[in-house]
Amino acid sequence: MGEKKFMKGNEAIAEAAVRGGCRFFAGYPITPQNEIPEYLSWRLPEVGGSYVQGESEVASINMVYGASAMGTRAMTSSSGPGISLKAEGISYLAAAMLPALIVNISRGGPGLGSIQPAQSDYLQATKALGHGGFHAMVFAPNSAQEAVDLVYNAWDYAERDRNPVLVLMDGCLGNIMEEVELPPMKELTDEDIPEWSLSRRNGRDYQGNITPIYTEPILEGINMMSGEMYKAWEEDDVKVEEFMMDDAEYVVVAYGIASRVSKEAILRLREEGFKVGMIRPITLFPFPKKNLHDLDYDRVKAIIDVEMTIPAQMRDDIALQVMERAPIYEYGRSGGILLDDDGVYEALKEIVTGGNDNG
Amino acid sequence: MAEYHRSDMLAASPSGYCPGCLHSLATRLISDVITELGQQDNSLNVISVGCSALNLLYWSGDNLSVAHGRAPAAATGVKRTNPERLVFAYQGDGDLAAIGLAEIMSAANRGENFTVIFANNQTYGMTGGQMAPTTLIGQKTTTTVYGRDPATTGYPLKMCELISQLPAPAYVARFALNSPKGVREARAGIKKAFEMQLAGKGFTFVELLTNCPTNWHLSPIDTLEYMNTNTMQYFVPGVYKDITAKEAQA
Repeated sequence: MGEKKFMKGNEAIAEAAVRGGCRFFAGYPITPQNEIPEYLSWRLPEVGGSYVQGESEVASINMVYGASAMGTRAMTSSSGPGISLKAEGISYLAAAMLPALIVNISRGGPGLGSIQPAQSDYLQATKALGHGGFHAMVFAPNSAQEAVDLVYNAWDYAERDRNPVLVLMDGCLGNIMEEVELPPMKELTDEDIPEWSLSRRNGRDYQGNITPIYTEPILEGINMMSGEMYKAWEEDDVKVEEFMMDDAEYVVVAYGIASRVSKEAILRLREEGFKVGMIRPITLFPFPKKNLHDLDYDRVKAIIDVEMTIPAQMRDDIALQVMERAPIYEYGRSGGILLDDDGVYEALKEIVTGGNDNG
Repeated sequence: MAEYHRSDMLAASPSGYCPGCLHSLATRLISDVITELGQQDNSLNVISVGCSALNLLYWSGDNLSVAHGRAPAAATGVKRTNPERLVFAYQGDGDLAAIGLAEIMSAANRGENFTVIFANNQTYGMTGGQMAPTTLIGQKTTTTVYGRDPATTGYPLKMCELISQLPAPAYVARFALNSPKGVREARAGIKKAFEMQLAGKGFTFVELLTNCPTNWHLSPIDTLEYMNTNTMQYFVPGVYKDITAKEAQA
């Protein structure tokens, strides 16, 4: 039985990271994720770790690069505009095959956008976190507890794959307070320091090189290995929740905060007799393709993509699996304006009663 | 009779630096000092972008190759998590004084306990000789074909002078590698910086004035004289800050 606490989503992420073995954080202030660096600024030194407030997001992600190269579990956090600045460094992490945790507590975009919550970074997270055609595994929790669980184990994936992991959560989930059950501290020793790292604390006595630049044949080989890795993720690592899907005729696809608001709307529609269900991607990459592809399209009448951003960004990923076997509708709010129960309920109601021809 | 041999930290392969390029000499000096201090296995070379990236091919100690300009940030992550290591970054002038200006000034200002060796040859050598932040007034480059004009490009940045104004750095010095005297002083300066780092004194910065025969369009010998009559007149060699000198006086 873990320790129960009432925590802000952002602080829960920070504590879960520490308990998951994180011993280095570098970051730059940006709303709405500031509780993460604030928490870690005092918490990491308590456990023998290091916290650095970088001079920029660019510097911070490169500090993470340096710490990760030493085999230290390292992370950074930011929000949309800052993630754009980190894009170069995230690409270098992928190239140098370095694990790291990057947290995006997203807000309205593009540009400086707004500081209010939005799910505006799906495409950035899943398609191009930086230049060069790489991917990171993308976790999208919809509660503080799920964020804790995913962050706590993030380095298991990052170190297995030697690749960064992204947690994408909007500013709403980052700032609401919920009860969380915290897992025990992972006590890592020098023996746990990966042999590929530049650390010598693990007894390595030969030269180590970590580099983001390669000769052409080696780079092509690395690109091919990455391609195989992404395919393996699809087989082994998809996380998804299906909600009331057994008889669903109308399928909501939503992640993060949108899934929580949608759940309330679905329950109301169920009470009215409408057969609505939901597929909730927990990993946005790898995307839960099979869940959407293998639906019984004789039964399913429509797919509704609900996102807290306009236009919906997940739609193309959904469409590739639906293959025109059902119409796809989208509903969202954007710019930092939150989805609300009534809005989602009414939008879904219009679709299930045939009043929406926006397919 | 003194023996002349390949330095311990350098791989047994031909150098890819252009003939007469002082990067080779700078690399050798660093290698010799690390060997002299018995730090071969403990040293960690944070390799920047530019001709300096070629170090990845020759350096036989632990290497971390990083993004353009970000060596002081990456070195911060390295040293904060592994303070027992001898960590140094070797950066050129474009890397350090243009794209990486925020990173070098901020690392220096935090007093990060590692050493930055700054090879200043006033040009972007790897990309073919464009204007660098340290290109001299009037100096011709591929992007200042009539000579650097301060009216549109500003003035060459004096990094030792800038960094030595900060309270945190422990040692800031500039040496010119165009004479036996300058080389001996540079070697002593690098050793001093590394020793201070190993003693936990804080941020140490060694600027080495180097050359670029290829992009200066001069013979190697002529570059050495050019440095005397031009480079060193603007970038004056000397020790700009040394907290141990004050300690010795006190």
